[in-house]
Amino acid sequence: MLLELRSVERVFGGLRAVDGAGFALDAGEIRGLIGPNGAGKTTIINMISGLLRPTGGSIQLDGAPIDRLPPHRIAALGVTRTYQNIRLFPDLTAADNVLVGMHLVRRAPLWKRMAFLGEAAAEERASREAAMGLLSRVGLADRAAEKAQNLSYGEQRRVEIARALASGPRVLLLDEPTAGMNPVEVASIGELIREVARQGHSVLLVEHNVKLVMEICHRITVLNFGRVIADAAPAEVSKDPAVITAYLGSER
Amino acid sequence: MSLDALRDFYLTYQSVAAFIGLNGLLALSVYATLSCGQLSLANAGFMALGAYAAALLALHTSWSFPATLLAAALLPAIVAVPLGLPVLRLHGVFLAIATIGFGEVVRLGFVNWDFTNGAQGLVAIPQRAGLASIWLCLGLALFVFWRLKGSRPGMALESIREDEAAARTMGIDTTRYKLSMLALGAALAGVAGGLEAQYTFVVTPNGFSFGRVVDMLVYAVVGGTGSIFGPLIGAAFLTVLPEVLREVGPMVGLPPGPLRLFVNGTVLLLVILFLPNGIVSLPSRWREWRSSRRSARAAGAA
Amino acid sequence: MGQQIINGAFVGSIYALFALGYTLVFGVLDILNLAHQAVFMLCAFIALALVSTLHLNILVALPLAVLAAGLIGVLLERVAFRPLRGRTNSNISGLISSLAMATIFESIALGFWGPDVSRFPFGTVPDRDLHLGGAVLSELQLVIVALALAMMAALTFLVQRTRLGREIRAVAESPLAARVLGVDVDRVIAASFFISSALGGAAGVLFGLAFNSISPDVGRSVELKGLAVIILGGMGSMPGAVLAAFALGLVEVFTVAQIGSSYRDAVSFVVLFLILLVRPRGLLGQAVARIA
Repeated sequence: MLLELRSVERVFGGLRAVDGAGFALDAGEIRGLIGPNGAGKTTIINMISGLLRPTGGSIQLDGAPIDRLPPHRIAALGVTRTYQNIRLFPDLTAADNVLVGMHLVRRAPLWKRMAFLGEAAAEERASREAAMGLLSRVGLADRAAEKAQNLSYGEQRRVEIARALASGPRVLLLDEPTAGMNPVEVASIGELIREVARQGHSVLLVEHNVKLVMEICHRITVLNFGRVIADAAPAEVSKDPAVITAYLGSER
Repeated sequence: MSLDALRDFYLTYQSVAAFIGLNGLLALSVYATLSCGQLSLANAGFMALGAYAAALLALHTSWSFPATLLAAALLPAIVAVPLGLPVLRLHGVFLAIATIGFGEVVRLGFVNWDFTNGAQGLVAIPQRAGLASIWLCLGLALFVFWRLKGSRPGMALESIREDEAAARTMGIDTTRYKLSMLALGAALAGVAGGLEAQYTFVVTPNGFSFGRVVDMLVYAVVGGTGSIFGPLIGAAFLTVLPEVLREVGPMVGLPPGPLRLFVNGTVLLLVILFLPNGIVSLPSRWREWRSSRRSARAAGAA
Repeated sequence: MGQQIINGAFVGSIYALFALGYTLVFGVLDILNLAHQAVFMLCAFIALALVSTLHLNILVALPLAVLAAGLIGVLLERVAFRPLRGRTNSNISGLISSLAMATIFESIALGFWGPDVSRFPFGTVPDRDLHLGGAVLSELQLVIVALALAMMAALTFLVQRTRLGREIRAVAESPLAARVLGVDVDRVIAASFFISSALGGAAGVLFGLAFNSISPDVGRSVELKGLAVIILGGMGSMPGAVLAAFALGLVEVFTVAQIGSSYRDAVSFVVLFLILLVRPRGLLGQAVARIA
């Protein structure tokens, strides 16, 4: 068990956005997190990544609690994410966005750069090449020099994924990565996610595209009103009556 | 041209060049925090700390000139840390207000401190700073910012400016970076203060009022924060402008003081309305305008 | 002690008028209008000019000057704020553009009246004192406090009971929603600036009368105290601004009495600092967004 949530709770004023949710993520697993709008999926992602603190329960990575840690420490432990409403750095190029994602793995200290030591230049070159490599993986090598704000919606989502992969995370949290994409793009993202999992990264995939979730996820957690109403393999989830009534029924 | 005229020319323009250098340093000190998206207006206070530290050392001890500058840089930088820790948690306007408050507290502190002669300040400070030392310090500052661009911390700073929360989820300790830039800005403002004190041989608290930090902000904004040379260009433009106006004013029949202020305000207004990314954005704006003209013409012809 | 309370309330009422204008614009537009203090200063000069040059009675000059200040506010909005409305960094650019306008206004004042202190001509205001218990209150002070309270009451009535007031509150809540509901947002914003600048201008005239000292830089020191007041009261909260203004006035007066006048100005900053660090939302403000 790499990542584990136990009875996680998040209350906003009088609203219980997340109410005793629990599930686990194993190494190399692709877990889907689905549920109707407002079910608490993004809130859970925000809590895992440290932007919000749970008001109850615990979140553990490798057995150690991470729910009280600041976001940058959680990222340093190998948990990165994308955002439901895309949060790229608008004025930076696609390549630079990915380069920022590499922050945790870049090493050359600043003073070496000040002293023009070759090491620093070599490190920078290597980082930029790696960033380009990641952009190629998501099919955007030709758009590397374009400012993020000038990219199309689908392109921005792919850059965000590349950026999240840049530090080689153990756990990748994807918040609706295929929203607004056409079926061809969705299929290629699906393939990318499968490949990422094959390489040993774990993926928590929040999605509204139920077909994609059924196809690529090993297990699916279904959320409704902040509670887990199902947690099983795709085949069982699609047959679970509680899930069908709460969610899938309206989607079909 | 007579030798006297040449000498006069040199003396006049030497001081303008010196002030361009000083103002450039001050503009860079504000740029330090602006570059990571923080509007910190504390630098008049930091400058005051550096100026007084250097002045007191120069007047009462046998510390060398470089040593006084080092002190002028370090004292504000050290003060910046306990200031920054609570204050950098504040957002936008609140940060601006808190830092304005800090600057005023420092100024009022010096006004009320007998050891530094209160409102009258210190005089007869040895005049050890000159064109060379000022521009050397400016050059050093520019070098640091130049090497910062594209480096790991440099990119971290840019990301903080663009979206701080997203930057944090990428492993960037935004508090530490913002604090470092606050301290760097403080050091630069302090050095500028130490240099100014030993160039103009006078230090008074009223030289470090809110208006002073507004000037620094204006240099940076008018020049543009898109390039490390922006602040210097803004400082140069706005330091030379009053000199030009001083000649022009009497010709037009307007008193130079108010005229200078009026032009400053108008330039700032025009820049913020029409050229928000400053003078350094002129080349790219020009290019954009040219290419939109070209495509409009092509569309018209089609 | 009673004397100090009277003095504190007197100073506080002027701060309150000034701060109300400040906080009204901040509440509606989320922009800190740093030109507010310049309008404060200009209005005092305008009243001065009306009295000394046109020989108008102060009771006529005051409303005229306040009207002028309101119109300057509308101009300010049109020139310096409206063009910035679409921008993403509109609060920083708004701050800077208001700074530019403040500089321009200051230069105009400097040009017409010079840097030295100007005073109202002798006899502009009556010179009588009233005695309450052991305390002395000048008639002028009483009138100023009364006028300030009257204006605050009028503002409260406007905001709570009139249609414009409702529209202002709607725009402050959400300009987009207000527009959808049919509110003419541009008009409401212009009206807010008119009111805000009128209040600031009135504060300026009253200040000028109270201390009989007007100069182009008089706005600067009041501006910073105004900031302390609106932070203490809570940005965007009008009752908060009034409460905080009186509190600051009292604290200032007590500080001068107990510690010394050189620390009077430092008080507002110490208060400012403490509030920002301990409770940034101030006494009555909404919760301030911290970094997510």
